[in-house]
Amino acid sequence: MALADPTRRAILAHLERSDSASISELAEPFTIRLPAVMKHLGVLANAGLVTRSKSGRTVTVRLRAQPMREAVEWLQRYERFWSGSLDRLAAYAESKEAEARRKGR
Amino acid sequence: MTSLTLIRRIRARPQIVFDAVTTAEGIAQWWGPDAGPVLVAEADPRVGGRYRVRFRMLDSTEHETSGEFLEIVRPERVVMSWRWKGGVEDPGESRVEITLKAVTEGTELTFVHSQLHDENTRRSHEQGWTGSLDKLESHFASGNPREDIDSR
Repeated sequence: MALADPTRRAILAHLERSDSASISELAEPFTIRLPAVMKHLGVLANAGLVTRSKSGRTVTVRLRAQPMREAVEWLQRYERFWSGSLDRLAAYAESKEAEARRKGR
Repeated sequence: MTSLTLIRRIRARPQIVFDAVTTAEGIAQWWGPDAGPVLVAEADPRVGGRYRVRFRMLDSTEHETSGEFLEIVRPERVVMSWRWKGGVEDPGESRVEITLKAVTEGTELTFVHSQLHDENTRRSHEQGWTGSLDKLESHFASGNPREDIDSR
């Protein structure tokens, strides 16, 4: 699983902060070798989360924003929907509870 | 797979919350994102039974959701499929799971709405998204989901 590994999550977090990075920049905070970082990037690229582009000897890695953005939009839409709904559900259930207690149930 | 989780504590016993969630009478009282009215509420709360809810929002747009009850365990758990009529809001089918737990003050409600992908998008997204949702959900938990996303 692409996100199961802490190194891969750290790489994504780095890319969120800095938009793009070279492989050696990404490898810097870790005590692992470049080939291991390349392997992690391969997993992330296969999962559609990052893209790699080569210019001369430098490989630039970028986060693929679109799938992330779509997921965030989906979440925000339903977060709005359900926050409002659950507030009213709670108020309604609490009024039914009070009613049941008045009737001694 | 993208999913939204919300947890609420409600000062009412689980049976009352369960009926509010699964009966047409209950649904008519709370369904919808704002204070606009529920226009139609139908529910047949048994496995394989269907529900349909049409509501109007305060901006006077009308929306309709419907689906099937997939699991019903009174008063603990209900799972239902979810689809918007017309699909403008979200074309896919999704899944809503509500779990109720008795607690001292009443009920702890855990609500999970999960996006279901068709087979193609599912295959390409699954590996990445199953875990990355932890991160997306923490954006929401921190109350400022846009910040990191827009700054990229």
